[in-house]
Amino acid sequence: MRLYRRSPLARTLFSFFTIALVFLAFADVEIATVDPWDEFGRLLRGVVTPDFFATENLITAIVNTLAFAFLGVAFGVGFGFLLALGFHSRIVRTFCVVVRAVHELFWALIFLQMFGLSPLTGILAIGIPYAGIVAKVFAEILEEADGHAVDAAPTGAGRLSTLLFVRLPDVWSHFRTYALYRLECGLRSSAVLGFVGLPTLGFHLETAFHQGQYSEVSALLILFYIIIASQRLWARRQLVPLYLIGAALVLPWSVDISGANIIRFLTIDIVPFPLRDGGGLSGLADWLWLLTSTQALPGSIATIQLTMIALVATGLLSAVLFPFISPQMFGRPTRMLCHLVLVITRSTPEYILAFVFLQLWGPSMLPAIVALALHNGGIIGHLIGRHTETLTLRDDAPRGLNRYAYELLPRVYRSLLALLFYRWEVIMRETAILGILGIATLGFYVDSAFAELRFDRAIFLIALTALLNIAIDVTSRRVRAYLRLRTTLEGR
Amino acid sequence: MYILDLAGVPAGYADRPVLEDIHLRIEPGERIAIVGESGVGKTTLLRLIRERCGMPTAIIPQDLGLVQALSVFHNVYMGQIHNRSTIHNLRTLFWPAGRDVDAVRDVLTPLRLSDETFSAVRRLSGGQQQRTAVARALFNDAPVLIGDEPVSAVDDHQAREVLALAGAQKETVILALHDRELALSFADRVIGLKDGKIALDTLTAGLQPGDLDGLYRS
Repeated sequence: MRLYRRSPLARTLFSFFTIALVFLAFADVEIATVDPWDEFGRLLRGVVTPDFFATENLITAIVNTLAFAFLGVAFGVGFGFLLALGFHSRIVRTFCVVVRAVHELFWALIFLQMFGLSPLTGILAIGIPYAGIVAKVFAEILEEADGHAVDAAPTGAGRLSTLLFVRLPDVWSHFRTYALYRLECGLRSSAVLGFVGLPTLGFHLETAFHQGQYSEVSALLILFYIIIASQRLWARRQLVPLYLIGAALVLPWSVDISGANIIRFLTIDIVPFPLRDGGGLSGLADWLWLLTSTQALPGSIATIQLTMIALVATGLLSAVLFPFISPQMFGRPTRMLCHLVLVITRSTPEYILAFVFLQLWGPSMLPAIVALALHNGGIIGHLIGRHTETLTLRDDAPRGLNRYAYELLPRVYRSLLALLFYRWEVIMRETAILGILGIATLGFYVDSAFAELRFDRAIFLIALTALLNIAIDVTSRRVRAYLRLRTTLEGR
Repeated sequence: MYILDLAGVPAGYADRPVLEDIHLRIEPGERIAIVGESGVGKTTLLRLIRERCGMPTAIIPQDLGLVQALSVFHNVYMGQIHNRSTIHNLRTLFWPAGRDVDAVRDVLTPLRLSDETFSAVRRLSGGQQQRTAVARALFNDAPVLIGDEPVSAVDDHQAREVLALAGAQKETVILALHDRELALSFADRVIGLKDGKIALDTLTAGLQPGDLDGLYRS
């Protein structure tokens, strides 16, 4: 008896599962450390005994993290707003696609070569990709809002007047809400920038971790969570100028920027070596072949491999997590506990989670998979769990696992998948970056190229990650359109 | 022997009582229609009956409570979900047993839904969805059926068919109905609500639709 005409959705999910399983079969997911639980025990002890007075570094780390986030996000939102106004131009749109396809950490690695440890490096590393993202979102908001009001404006009203009087007033609050969300992302980005040498949270976290100062690690993270969780209290419009001026004052601007350095980097260092060296086209072909076969190709395969495993793991984890915060399934005490867990997993950047697991389990894909699934699964699980609060079930609906399988999951799985495919590109961006931690994705080769001062290779590989991100973005949009997956839970 | 025996009970919400001083006894085997203007508290009374009923109940809520993404089969199967092991239920989601499919088809056929057994509920018309909810309640082995406007979206002829089917399969049937003629033809007892009270509680024998006019504002 053929009960189901195989639906496109079932087929698609089956393919994704199969791909992920095949990739998993070839993945290195070993726990390499001799005694992972011993280290984990010491970490847990550190977590329950946070030491807020270990060093004065704690305050410096937090202040710097905030300062880079404020200035970077301000730059990104301001520049992004201007770009949104010109979003009808193909050049502007392409520029936005390209800048947001490159991860903040890669931008930081590039700007480090140009501006050294000047605050400009951190601000631009956050601001440039954020401008691309903000521009796209703001342009979409403007487009949705444009309608009768614009039609009703008097003919001949100047574009600036129409903008100020007609278009902006309606969307201003949306812009503010989104800017606030960006600030939260900016805090995470800023924290992670510490891992490439900027004086933010990540820098101190890495140091404390390597010295086994787990009480300091936990104090740093707890402060970070408090700042993110209390964002609504302190992120007030009137205080923005104060924050920006304060941020500009605390950052160490005294670092010299050498103009010659910047010009050299842009005009010589990043040009493929054979072209500089007179190797000609055949030299360039050799250079390309060597780079592709030894780095670009293995790096891309590992990146896609990890992305697909992490994507499916994220989907599964989201489906497991959301019932624990759903009032349809559990009582208040369980839900509160799970809310706390989810706040932590979604407030901790994937990079930091991966870093922690890597210390515990040693280098393999496992820490990266777990980190990506926990962070992204935490976000999707949270959104879907909150969404179930709006569902009303019939009075005699089944309970327990039956309720989950028959009443809840069928009602939310499409939203869950929409969110999941939406995060596909995010997962890919992060996957590439996790290479910096030593997992053999593209980031690993980018980082090595920077370390060896082979900037031409680094730029080539970064461009490749950007292309992969764009390809995933396009594929994800196609898949969502094909499966008619839409979500109102998180438009962006 | 009553399956329900209420003496002076209020009903509604903590901050907003909808009905007060409900005196109501229901015996097994009764066919009861609850009538009255919309908003008078029929749904509230049904909920009270369900909560206080001494026997297992199967319900047809006004909003049907169907899971749109699941098939008709799965929605109807849910009527028996409490009688099967969870493992069996999980398996049924992906790979239903032929035995269960046959049992569900037996319920669907007289409701003229067997062609849609494996269609997603979201693709059905309003009337088909309503009959799916009826099928779920009939598939449930509870002896008492409580329905809130269970035939509001199907035509008159089908409505009579559906009600006859419900009456034949369930020991006790309690339905809120807005169609007075239908209510009188189906029920052997009618309960009329007005101004938050039971204003009428009588056998339907010999009653005409016009006799219920007092329950409605002219």
